[in-house]
Amino acid sequence: MSDIQDIKLSNAQIAWRAAQDIEDGAYVNLGIGFPEMVARFQPEGRQAIFHTENGVLDFGKAPEKGEEDWDCINAGKKAITIKPGTAFFHHADSFAMVRGGHLDVAILGAYEVAQSGDLANWSTGKGGVPAVGGAMDLVHGAKRVAVLTDHVTKTGGPKLVEACTLPLTGVGCVTRVYTSLAVVDIEDGHFVLREKIPAISLDELQAVTGARLHLDGAVGELIAPEELA
Amino acid sequence: MDKRLSTLAEAVSRIPDGATVMIGGFGGSGAPVELIHALIDHGARGLTVVNNNAGNGHVGLAALIEQGRVDKLICSFPRSADPQVFTEAYLAGKIQLELVPQGTLAERIRAGGAGIPAFYTPTGFGTDLAEGKPVEEFDGRSYVRERWLKADFALIKAELADSHGNLTYRMAARNFNPLMAMAAETTIVQATRIVELGGIDPEQVVTPGIFVSHVVEVADAAQEEMLNRAEAVYP
Repeated sequence: MSDIQDIKLSNAQIAWRAAQDIEDGAYVNLGIGFPEMVARFQPEGRQAIFHTENGVLDFGKAPEKGEEDWDCINAGKKAITIKPGTAFFHHADSFAMVRGGHLDVAILGAYEVAQSGDLANWSTGKGGVPAVGGAMDLVHGAKRVAVLTDHVTKTGGPKLVEACTLPLTGVGCVTRVYTSLAVVDIEDGHFVLREKIPAISLDELQAVTGARLHLDGAVGELIAPEELA
Repeated sequence: MDKRLSTLAEAVSRIPDGATVMIGGFGGSGAPVELIHALIDHGARGLTVVNNNAGNGHVGLAALIEQGRVDKLICSFPRSADPQVFTEAYLAGKIQLELVPQGTLAERIRAGGAGIPAFYTPTGFGTDLAEGKPVEEFDGRSYVRERWLKADFALIKAELADSHGNLTYRMAARNFNPLMAMAAETTIVQATRIVELGGIDPEQVVTPGIFVSHVVEVADAAQEEMLNRAEAVYP
């Protein structure tokens, strides 16, 4: 196998792959940072409605520099804009949308995902100032809770594991993981491999995964646009 | 009935040492910066503050913390672009932190205002933040019991207000403000404009005046973000 660093998908390619699964009209919450990139890759002809925890549905693009209105921001505290169809609401309504099962998809980042669907993404367990924000709420209630992540850590350790070692964000909450090497579903306490990049073999993929990858029918080829590499 | 006051100083003058104070806003949007600065001038100490964040830069909530007035902060995300003030106070053991998931924080405040002493939520189940809290199963799923959150005072930023205390908000500056307005014994509002009765379409009222104690007009309210870009420091 070539070095994983040479064959893995870029973050943009992972975000592109996740965007392909978002249906027209879906209500979607994208976590701060990497997951926000998913909004750029909506397939032609489909329009998702994005939710941001601080109380906005269906917001517009970021304003030009100097045009920011600081009453109009997203959960990452970045300036956004309104557009026809935008709605504002208070925080209790916003999280009723989350926990009440009204969101179709929530997409988050991860430090670790366990085969049980447990997610660790809010604390590295080390000192410093702990901060959780809306992560623990977002993993409950959306019909699909997807994770975007590199398949391995910066030091090459697995991020898909048998059991999380870091503090949990939620128990049994993740339904699908889009990694830099594969698309993996979580079903009945197992990782089920759906797609992998062609450059890696099944054995090689298993070797960098911390829990057994189960097969359920054919494994699809994970191919993302080259220009996003 | 007229809930209008002419000065911010008068509005915050009855906040005693040791009070629990909810402060509206999410980051800088909806943060009642002028009311917080009036509270700093007033001098109350030993406060417990409820806010989503922990301040940014050296103005608003960060300034209140920097002045050593806050003993405890209840929040979901004590980080910001410039979190130095809170971070230093926390690491030096000068301020206590109760970390609450954001949706749970909002619902605890809503429950406090609605007279619901506790509720069950899936949020946090099986995590460190649910440690020691009662858990119950409903329809095969586990939920954590969370308590209401109430305050002695709430500091709120609104767009329009009338003399009855009816309020509207501007864009995403709404956030925690309508919830906190309900959950405090005394709710103090800074509004960008105070209008005559009838000046707010009843269909547009977001916070009905029953939840509001005092309103003060602050026409050119500062945005925390702009103050921080100008590297402002209060006082």
